[in-house]
Amino acid sequence: MSQHELTVTVNGVCRRARVAARLTLVDFLRDELHLTGTHVGCEHGVCGACSVLLDGRPVRSCLLFAVQAEGAAIVTIEGLSPDPEGLGILQDSFWETHAQQCGYCTPGMLIAAHALLQRNADPSEAEIRDAISGNLCRCTGYQQIVEAVALAARRLRGVNVTEADEHGG
Amino acid sequence: MAAEAPGFRYIARHRRAREHRRFLVGGGRFVADLALPGMLHVALVASPYPQARIARIDATAALAMPGIRAVVVGSDLAQATEPLMSGLDLPKVLRYPLAVGRARYAGEWVAAVVGESRALAEDAAEHVEVEYEPLPHVVDPEAALAAGAPLVHPEHGSNLLYRRRFVWGPVEADFAAAAHRIAYRARWHRSATVPIETFGVLARWDAAARLLDVWASIQMPKFPDQLARALRLPGNGVRTHFDVDVGGSYGGKRGLKHGVLVGYLSRRLGAPVRLIEDRLENLRGGDAHGPDRIFDVEMAFDGDGTVRSMTMRALDDVGAYAGRAPFQLGKPVGAIVGPYRIASVAYEPISVTTNKTPEEAVRGFGQSPTNFAIETGIDLIARRLGMDRVAVRRRNLIRRDEFPYRIPSGSTYDSGDYHAVLDKALAAADHDALVRRRDRARAEGRLAGIGIACCLEPSGGNSSFEPLLNPKNETTTWMESCQVKIDLGGAIVAAMGTSSAGQGHETLVATVVGEILERDPDTVRVVHADSLWALPSNSPVGSRMAIMLGGAAASASRKLKASLMAIAAHQFDVASDALVYRGGDIAVAVDPGRRLAWADLVEIAHRKFHLLPPGMEPGLQAMHVEEVPGGGTLPDADGRVPMYPCYAFEAHVVYAELDRVTGQTRLLNYVCGHDCGVMINPDIVHGMTYGGIAHGIGAALYERFAYDANGQLVSGSFMDYLLPSSHEVPAITIVDHCTPSPLTSFGQKGSGEAGYLGAPAAVASAVNDALEPLGLHIAELPMTPLAIGDLLARSEEGA
Repeated sequence: MSQHELTVTVNGVCRRARVAARLTLVDFLRDELHLTGTHVGCEHGVCGACSVLLDGRPVRSCLLFAVQAEGAAIVTIEGLSPDPEGLGILQDSFWETHAQQCGYCTPGMLIAAHALLQRNADPSEAEIRDAISGNLCRCTGYQQIVEAVALAARRLRGVNVTEADEHGG
Repeated sequence: MAAEAPGFRYIARHRRAREHRRFLVGGGRFVADLALPGMLHVALVASPYPQARIARIDATAALAMPGIRAVVVGSDLAQATEPLMSGLDLPKVLRYPLAVGRARYAGEWVAAVVGESRALAEDAAEHVEVEYEPLPHVVDPEAALAAGAPLVHPEHGSNLLYRRRFVWGPVEADFAAAAHRIAYRARWHRSATVPIETFGVLARWDAAARLLDVWASIQMPKFPDQLARALRLPGNGVRTHFDVDVGGSYGGKRGLKHGVLVGYLSRRLGAPVRLIEDRLENLRGGDAHGPDRIFDVEMAFDGDGTVRSMTMRALDDVGAYAGRAPFQLGKPVGAIVGPYRIASVAYEPISVTTNKTPEEAVRGFGQSPTNFAIETGIDLIARRLGMDRVAVRRRNLIRRDEFPYRIPSGSTYDSGDYHAVLDKALAAADHDALVRRRDRARAEGRLAGIGIACCLEPSGGNSSFEPLLNPKNETTTWMESCQVKIDLGGAIVAAMGTSSAGQGHETLVATVVGEILERDPDTVRVVHADSLWALPSNSPVGSRMAIMLGGAAASASRKLKASLMAIAAHQFDVASDALVYRGGDIAVAVDPGRRLAWADLVEIAHRKFHLLPPGMEPGLQAMHVEEVPGGGTLPDADGRVPMYPCYAFEAHVVYAELDRVTGQTRLLNYVCGHDCGVMINPDIVHGMTYGGIAHGIGAALYERFAYDANGQLVSGSFMDYLLPSSHEVPAITIVDHCTPSPLTSFGQKGSGEAGYLGAPAAVASAVNDALEPLGLHIAELPMTPLAIGDLLARSEEGA
């Protein structure tokens, strides 16, 4: 099994490693860097639990080899929080609307939703559903996730969000 | 959003779930996130044949590969372990984690390869040489019962595992007296819970301590006891850690065979061993398929739509081994007439074994297929009589003034207002407008239909189906426990004795403890005690935790409150009933200046024995083991038994259109009226209901473990086994109603199976309404685009 030098930026930190050619990106993140927030659900690119941002775009880290990420900037769920104690607006909106139950698909959902809000500040319900349609969730029926993303979009736009709005979500 | 229930501080209000924060930052602690030094990994060798004698296994080449520590086979396990638990009395149907001498389904584990990494173990698994002698197989449950069918367990002598015909009430007389009858078949094909996290388990044997530590993605009643028994260890020789986050389960994550295998391997190799299913193993060899059921039903009814009696034969294919799966035929006995006044019932559950992946529990434990079968009949009666489907339901629903209502099979429905909930759902859906929309769509040439379904969610999780189906099993309690402590600083810790898979138990316990002790629930820490510390638990099955864990937490908190009151009464030298408790502080009612604050009371309990009432133990701790309300009874000779204590009700109204070309069903409107009594946390209840509906849509339209004639599973990936995405699940409107249960601490009922219990029936009802103008009807789930497309094509050819 050939070994390769890898240099990659993960959550803003430059990481160097020597990895086997067949090592997937998700196994690299989880097993080598101990970033276990990115989850493995199907290992064939359908469920989206392993989603990470690669140069700003959501990708399935189970379908990439680690060596394919050479030189890239990767953001995982651990990199979404503004600081170790805090939650970003999107994360807080997920909490507010009860947009997760078991929490297993949640990191991938947050990555997909984050990518959507980066490119579309005011997504419609259909656009939200489309953006998360590559991420399977078995707990929520997606409803409260859609609500969370819409709430986060409103908050991020600085729209005056009343208490009643939030609780009515 | 629910109206706030009067009289509660924290219950029934919007509150953020306490456990979510860790998931939002990637800080969940799932079993695959746990790693121990020196940990070894398991890869599995699976049988490619649905039935075969295993003639020889040669692991020489595999063992010679780098990093490989062991290859074990079925005979190793058969020597060192006891067979896995069987729910029924089946002494000749033996089951071990690895096939012993004979493989009974394609995908059954034949050998386990243990290596220093998962990749190395998988490499070596490909070099384990197994010589099979293929044998005839059977994958159709009816064919399995035919004379001369290949036997799955020849020692057992037949493929029939269980059969009994229960008759509750004057079935023959009621049929004879009824003006009409219908007979139909309803088919529920195999699907399952399929969580996004597969099953995983990590075990570490400590030879010096004689203790096996186990971390598992588990949701199973009595898992530690079963594991210890199979591994020939005393119960206190296994410590199951319940502080592992479980990435979804919905009934399915039982994992006994995985646990026994890994426990055995860890002990044999003297190292921690971890097994994480990959998706193929999960779908094919994880032994977690769901009910696979053929219903043959007859209903007797009058011209006004009144249903008088029903006979139901339910043939269930549990696959190659039994486990607890056959009990899924027993649980629906507790709601065998659905929400309807049906005076007599004959029910014939039949459990059969075939060469397919074994069945395991699915959300509702057999209730959702049964509800689908009942609701199919109600719709067919309406079609036969030319009556409105809502009117037939209204005629037969139990009325609110009839509770408590005892059904023919011996269970008593606690409370409800079914008509009100149905009316609310119809109003929220604007049923009249939906009818106009449907008729307009039909006039434009589209296939459009409205689905209606009403059903019950039995809750409280008693296990009376065990003695019902296995007289040697005298289980009459299914208790749940909670321990609550107040520490020296006045902070509260509550301990539960089971793991959680997204149900929000930490929030449930904190809310209940906070409610009783009048302390902010966000300050209550809730821990999952390991199995050596935990009080008895039966895990979160049977929609039971709000009732049982909530009840235990409430009772333990009340004991603590009584202790605080006794301390204050002693200080003030008054009776407890002369005191007022407010927010944790206690004052004399007629003289509020005489008051002890929470911190003072706690200080007395922890430090000042001289101030404690005589006989009171120091510290502040209480435990409570909750028995299921109304439990404790064995079945009578006719098989009547109180099954579950509480009954939630749901009414679904769905609007769907079918694509004539692709056969795709599109759900365009979805309303669910829901009454589960007092909702301790409405967001959690709604979340589970939305998720249950999505799961039910999957079972109704997309998900199927299909087998070909060669006995091969043909849906072993997410490309073939289709989970609904955010495109397939529509926006859903939930309409709450609250009829408190008279049996529980706050009037709560269960809700963990909500939505799933009625959605398949509702979607099927909508599809059939859309097909009615063509004179077509199907009663077979899932109604995939292919199935509907074929039906439409055949109909056109015939026309």
